[in-house]
Amino acid sequence: MNHSISLTVNGARRDFVLDDPRVTLLDLLRERLHLTGTKKGCDRGQCGACTILVDGKRINSCLALAISHDGADILTIEGVARGDQLHPMQAAFIAHDGFQCGFCTPGQIMSAIGMMSEAQAGNDPERIRECMSGNLCRCGAYAGIVDAVLDAQGKMDETNQRRSA
Amino acid sequence: MKQFDYVRPATVTEAVAAAAQPGAVYLAAGTNLLDLMKGNISRPDRLVDVTHLEGLDGIERLADGGLRIGALVSNADLAHDADFARSYPAVAEALLSGASAQLRNAATVGGNLLQRTRCAYFYDTASRCNKREAGSGCDARDDENRGHAVLGWSENCIATHPSDFCVPLVALDAVVEIEGRNGRREIALEALHRLPGDAPERESALEPGDLIVAVRLPPAASGFAAHARYLKVRERTSYAFAIVSAAAALRIEGGRIAEARLALGGVAAKPWRARAAEDVLRGVAPTADAFQEAAWRALTDAKPSGDNAFKIELARRIVARALSLAAAGTPARLPALPASLFASTSGAIHA
Repeated sequence: MNHSISLTVNGARRDFVLDDPRVTLLDLLRERLHLTGTKKGCDRGQCGACTILVDGKRINSCLALAISHDGADILTIEGVARGDQLHPMQAAFIAHDGFQCGFCTPGQIMSAIGMMSEAQAGNDPERIRECMSGNLCRCGAYAGIVDAVLDAQGKMDETNQRRSA
Repeated sequence: MKQFDYVRPATVTEAVAAAAQPGAVYLAAGTNLLDLMKGNISRPDRLVDVTHLEGLDGIERLADGGLRIGALVSNADLAHDADFARSYPAVAEALLSGASAQLRNAATVGGNLLQRTRCAYFYDTASRCNKREAGSGCDARDDENRGHAVLGWSENCIATHPSDFCVPLVALDAVVEIEGRNGRREIALEALHRLPGDAPERESALEPGDLIVAVRLPPAASGFAAHARYLKVRERTSYAFAIVSAAAALRIEGGRIAEARLALGGVAAKPWRARAAEDVLRGVAPTADAFQEAAWRALTDAKPSGDNAFKIELARRIVARALSLAAAGTPARLPALPASLFASTSGAIHA
């Protein structure tokens, strides 16, 4: 039996017909939309490489059935930059060597962006490490990742203060 | 993953009817179920998606002073609800000590209660497991079992229940509201999970079609807010299941313990309420000696199920420490590392 769903992906409405209810959001993004920035690491909710924002919240897209998310608003790594202007979190990961091989990086960045909107970590490195523990980095770039998150948060706070001033 | 039919009922009544059919299971966030299905550990014929049902995602203060939490409230939304965290700090701390931020954002209250054990032999379909396949045997019994149960286990199953959330909930007398084929009923959370006995494949008191619609905290539960902690030992400080955990909550009046609540996690197939320990604390001063005595009472019936005798001594120490931390007072802010022994918290009487 076919099921029709529609999603908003990086600001654009997309309609799908699913001939199999087993398709995860991760596989839908990668195989149907060819948005391969979202990575399939463990495919079991353990590594965080598949992190995306769904209705503004970071989740593991490998453990989410697409069919169950009809109507959801999805943001992936492909949707965070404005044209050629990188998202401040992307720029900070480059500036602080927040990666080596890069496989976990889209998930790390989406997780960090989600974490900022949760406002649970502040600028405490220990809290950032705790709040980012769902994203594994086999290269061990954690020190650079924490520095990048702190830097990006600081810059985005400054920008927001300037805007509201 | 086995092929399945997908249905999205419009009402709770429709959901119950659909899920009462053989081979049907409920789908909420799926953070545990999909993992199990990908590994062929769970092979349902039909998923009944309850995530679009109305009215199950609210946190409601009741006129009697209790609280009703809808089954579809996410773990993160509940833990970060400021009123909730103030009134039930050990529950919020337990929630935030579990899983990762991504999983907490998705996982639901009802799903947390019904998550399955993480016993490696349950997960490995090449191993024998009485829980996964009734009567097949238990390969955990004579193999790697340092993390397994020390209370309430049987020769048929030594698995533990992995939830952190359930531990303070059971200490606070939480009640589970269930919609079933014969209408609405409620049971104590303590009676939801079953010990393995000779039927470890039957994990809960739920009947086919039963849907958990809410978890309720009784009025007395918020009376422990000033002295409540959850403490969890794990093999890494974040994003790991408990080896042993304890929820301790005290009501202290005039320098004495008016009432104590204590439950342990990671030690049994259910969140383990330690009433004998609570009893010895009633009316006494909150001292290290009293907490040691309570810790011994809590583990009186414990016995190793394998290479895990250390968990009994560890559990005693965690109980004494959690009680000491609770006596010192709930921290004004949640510790940077929720439920960690390595978080810097002042004022504790070290066990």
